[in-house]
This record gives sequence, structure tokens and C-alpha cells, in this order.
Amino acid sequence: MTLSRPLVGWLYVSPLMLVLIPFFVLPILVVLVASVFETDGFGGLIPTFTLANYATVLTSGLTFNLYYETVQFTILTWFFTLILGFFIAYFLVFHVRNPLLAIGLFLICTVPFWTSNIIRMISWIPLLGKEGLINSALLHLGLIREPLGFLLYSSFAVVVAYVHQLTIFMIVPIFNSMARIDKRVIEAAVDAGASRFDILRLIVVPLSKSGIALGSIFVASIVMGDFFVTKVMSGGGSASVVGAFYEDISVLQYPSAAASAVILTVILLAMVSLILRTVDIRKEITR
Amino acid sequence: MKHSSSNSKRNSSGPSRRSILKGAAAAVGAAAGSGAVTGFPTIWAQEIKDIELRHVGVSYSVVKAIGDQAAKDLGFKVTMQNLDTSAAINRFITQPNSVDIADLEGWQAKLAAKRGVIQGIQAKKIAEFNNFLPIFTKGELDGHKIPRQGISPYEALYIEKHDSTELHDGVTDWLTNVPQVYNADSIGYRPDLVGHTVTQWKDLIDPKFKGKAAILDVPAIGIMDAALCFESAGLITYGNKGNMTKKEIDFTCDKLIELKKSGQFRATWTTFDQSVQLMAAGEVVIQSMWSPAVAAVRVKQIPCTYAPVNVKDGKEGYRGWCNGMGLMKHLTGKKLDAAYEYMNWYMSGWQGAFVSRYGYYSPVPSTAKKFMTPAEYTFWYEGKPAPEPVTDPYGVPMEVAGTVRDGGSFTDRVTNISCWNTLMDEAAYMNKRWNDFKVA
Repeated sequence: MTLSRPLVGWLYVSPLMLVLIPFFVLPILVVLVASVFETDGFGGLIPTFTLANYATVLTSGLTFNLYYETVQFTILTWFFTLILGFFIAYFLVFHVRNPLLAIGLFLICTVPFWTSNIIRMISWIPLLGKEGLINSALLHLGLIREPLGFLLYSSFAVVVAYVHQLTIFMIVPIFNSMARIDKRVIEAAVDAGASRFDILRLIVVPLSKSGIALGSIFVASIVMGDFFVTKVMSGGGSASVVGAFYEDISVLQYPSAAASAVILTVILLAMVSLILRTVDIRKEITR
Repeated sequence: MKHSSSNSKRNSSGPSRRSILKGAAAAVGAAAGSGAVTGFPTIWAQEIKDIELRHVGVSYSVVKAIGDQAAKDLGFKVTMQNLDTSAAINRFITQPNSVDIADLEGWQAKLAAKRGVIQGIQAKKIAEFNNFLPIFTKGELDGHKIPRQGISPYEALYIEKHDSTELHDGVTDWLTNVPQVYNADSIGYRPDLVGHTVTQWKDLIDPKFKGKAAILDVPAIGIMDAALCFESAGLITYGNKGNMTKKEIDFTCDKLIELKKSGQFRATWTTFDQSVQLMAAGEVVIQSMWSPAVAAVRVKQIPCTYAPVNVKDGKEGYRGWCNGMGLMKHLTGKKLDAAYEYMNWYMSGWQGAFVSRYGYYSPVPSTAKKFMTPAEYTFWYEGKPAPEPVTDPYGVPMEVAGTVRDGGSFTDRVTNISCWNTLMDEAAYMNKRWNDFKVA
């Protein structure tokens, strides 16, 4: 028995569809539909078609401030995770000669991720607090007279926690693409008299582009879509896009929360597609 | 198994189920005379052992230890599930069938009734209903009218018929919920670092405590704490702190933003643990706080006082809250009977004594008293010096002999409640303004 070509194609994609349709497409559709409904103020949805929810969200100064804050955290986190991730991967790939050791060190990078995100975040609190380890050490050394308040419950603390949580998402894809760089190319460059910096600039960075892009997508979408780290580490001093619509839900304003969610999704999609324009991920992955 | 009707007939000929249950519950407390009744009639026990009640609500109200004790005394399964306030109300409304007993604050009871996810509770089937404090049943205590700013437990208690969706002003036979635990919230502070006795909310916004103060970040009630502060400082007088106008919301949030920009707040907190952590780690010296959280700080040997903010000149006062048990609409038959038994068990004293030991109150103190030692009752309810050391419900030492409870007696505290947890008519607007404060 032979199956027709289109049928075989459908069979191939069916496992993925079985997951994506009920767990991705349907929920998104529900959110889309809810975003054009009206609310009765008591958690009830009135089926109608209105763009008022979008209009309210898009014309509110609050939305702008929330995005400003969240994008700021995203950029800072992206920057620091990129620097850290790139150089850790670079070290593992080009400076550790023994591949077994490199893999071993690479695995060690993942050790902190054996505990939950939340625990890793909360463990910063006793370290950074007014009576925390860092402040007491500095006080004892006589370097400061008053505990440094900015260490905890501040934007600084938020970025520290994000960088700690997300650096691995940069290391992995960058390591992956760096490991594929043909060492002979670098040897040739050295023979031709290129400096270490030239090699980095002209060979390693361009050839790690896909890893950098993938890592950036991970980091940016996680930070944009998170509210918990911001809430806890800023001590409630900052808000985030997601945190704000979570609070809409707490007063049962489903349509405006849904509209905010759709807007965030669109913005994220735009961001991801911009990143993807810089590299051809498909080509990189199948290479 | 379709014998339920004949079985219940058989039961009603003997001692009523309820009296047996009461006996069993009392036996646990080693009350005299109840030893004669042991266990349940076999048939009833057979019928109920497969029943499972899911009691869902916030962690300070839906407590596993209480559910375990109820299951032990009642013979059916009780599962306690904890969610935060907003996740809880969302679950009650969007997945009502995944819950049997909804733990509701007054405003949640109002919403749940409106959405038709709960059924009316027959007052006459609640054994201790006539012994409930009139705070709940009549909106008064010892002739003192309980204020109705926000949604008072009395206001949220009655509906007209078993399936009414609107609250009813005035006594009826049908309840939206059976109140089970409540308290009066105010400010916690470090007496050693603040330097004077705090009795006014305005101390929280005193520039002296710049960078050392914190406020509750649950918008619906945080804004009331802020309102109490601003009213205390004489900046504004609210028509109803529990249901502000847009103008009042704007004033309050603008003022909060101003305070935040001047660096008044070290942080804001959303959970019990966060508030304990802020105080215990020396991050703040004064903040809006819950009574057991203050106790939890003190257990760590750090001095912390719960400010008695008695009403004066129409200002100050505690922010009250009350959680009660609502019956979800889908409960019928044996499961509904079990739910009634469960609620009656709550009112029979064991639970009342349990919650009292961390500083909350029972709506039926007369039964709770039976399960408390005289010393405990003296300390927690009468506001007199503890005759002997006081422990928390799990036996951890809390206070030494001679300590007096902050805020004084039960009556002192409860009659000084000036507003109740709520959801304002302008909640959506308030939420937006609160987020302005957060992001400022």
C-alpha cells in the first residue's frame, strides 16, 4: 500500500499539530476573541465586537510607561547576558583544548539551573539586603557608612536576577554555533597575520551570529513576558507589562487584559522577526 | 448506591447526624460527656467515605491543618487548595465546578452571587447561627454599629432567595457564605527604631521614615491603607474609603506617586512572607501589616509591635476583613449534606480556637472558647496579660507570660474597624492608577 504524497506530508506534521492546535492556537484564539468583547464589570463577558479595549490600552500613558520600563529591563538583560554568554562560550570553545573538559565545564554552567528559578532569584535577597552579606562586608571593611539601598528592591536587583537566570540561554546557542566553526579557518587567519581581535571580529562573531540571534530571542521574549522577577526584586517598585494585565485579571477585567496580551504578542512577534531577519536560522540549523 | 433517601430516613430516627458530629468534634477537644458517642453509624460512614470536599482559597484562611482535622472528625476527605486572592476569585468564576467550598471575602461573595456560581446557604441549617456575633448577622456589636465603608461581612451575608444574584440589605434566611475567620489589619513597626508608640496611620508616611516604610501592594486593599494614612494626616476626607470616586482615587494615587518619588517606600509587599521578611531583615521599620505577620517577626526575637489604630475624630481605625465559606452551585445530594456538616464543624470550636492562636478571630467565640485554655482566651480575646506563656497553633512558643496583646481586647479591636476589604465600583480605573504608582 502506498500513501499519496500530500497524505504523507500531513502525517509528518500531525504530531506537531496535535500539540500546537489545542495548546497554542486555540488559547490564542480565545484571547483574541475575548479582547474584542465587553465586560460587565463583574467578570462577565458581553459578546460583541469592539475595539475599545485596544483603544484604551493604546492611548494610555500607562502602557507607554510599562513598555518603557520592561524594554529597559530587556535591553539591559540582553546586553549583559550577551557579553557574559559570548565570552563564556568563547572560552569553552577556543581556550579549553580538551573537548571532554569543555563539555564538562559546559555542563557545570548548567548546575545552577538544577534548582528552580524562583529559589535562585530569592537567594539574592539575603545577599543584597540592607543587612545582607554584601552590605555587612562593606560596612565591616569601612568602605561605606550607611548600607547601600540600591542593591535590593531596585532596578539593579531586577537586572542582576534576570542576568543570573538567563545567561545560560545565551551560552547554549552561542556555544553551539561557535563549536561548528572550522578551526582551520582560524589557523589560516593566524598564519596570515591576523590579530586575536581581528579573528574575533571578522571570523568568530560573524559565524556565531545565528547563536547570538537565537539566544537573543530567548532572553528578550522571556524578559518581556515575565512579571515575577520584576515584582519581587524591585520590591514592587517597578511594574511590568505582564504584571499590569495580571492585575487587570485580578479585578476581572478580562477584555482589557486580553487586548494587552494580544498587543504584547504582536510586539514580540515583530521583535523576533526583526532578529530573524539578521540570520537565516533554517540554514544555520540544517547546516 | 441509590439508597440515600432511605438511609437518611434511618438516620433521622436515631440521634441526628449533627449531634453525633458535634459529639465527635467535642471529643477531640476532650470535652466532658461526649465520650459516650463514638464514631458514626456504619451506613453513614460507608456513604461518606468516598466524598471529597475541595475547599479553595487563600493560605491564611484555608489551612491544611484545619482541613486534616475536619477530615479526621467528619470521616470524609477534605482537600485544601491555596491560591492568591485574585487567582481564587478567577477560579471560582471561570471553573466553578473545580471547587466545592469557595473561601470568599465579602466582595468575592458579592461577585460570586452575581455570577451565579454559588448557592444560598440555609441559615437554619447552620447549627451555631444564633450564636454568631451580631457583627455578621446584624452589623453591630454591643450596640456599636459596624461601619460599612467597603463591603462589611454583614452587608455581604444575605441574599433574598436561595438563587438570588443580588445581595440583600437586611436579615433573610439565605446566606452567601458562612463567615469563618476575620481580623483587623493595621501597621506593624519596630518599637526600638521608631521611638514612639504608633497609634496613627500617618506615621507610615512620615518623612522621618523615608526609605524605611513599606505598603501593601494588593491594589484593592493597599489603596485603603493609603487612604487611611492620608485621612490620618488630614490631607483629605473620603466619602467612602471602600468605594472611592475617580477624583478620590486620583488624589490618593497622585499622593502615593509623590511619596514614592520622594523615596518614602523601601518596597511594597504582596504576601505575608514578604512582609515578615522586610521587617525581619531590617529593610523597613514601619509598614502596613497583618497581625500574625507581626507575631512571626517577634518569634525571630526581633521586637515588632502591631499598632493599635483606634478610631479618633472620625479618622484612623483598622481595615477589617473576613473570609467565609460559600457553597458552589453544583453541590447536591450527599455532597451538599457533607458540605453543611463541614461548615457546622467549623463553627463547633476546634477551628475557631486554632485561628485564634495566631491572632485571628472566630465568628462564634463561645464555641472556640471551649477548645482554648482559659489562659489562651484571656490573652487572645480579653486583651489581658497572658497568665502563662502563649504558643502558636503548632505549639511554637510565641509570647512570654505577662504579655498583653497589641490593640487590646477583641471588642476594642473589632469596634475600631473603620473600613472593610472591598472591590470598588471603579476597580478597573483604580487598578490603572495603582499601576501608575507602581511604574512611577
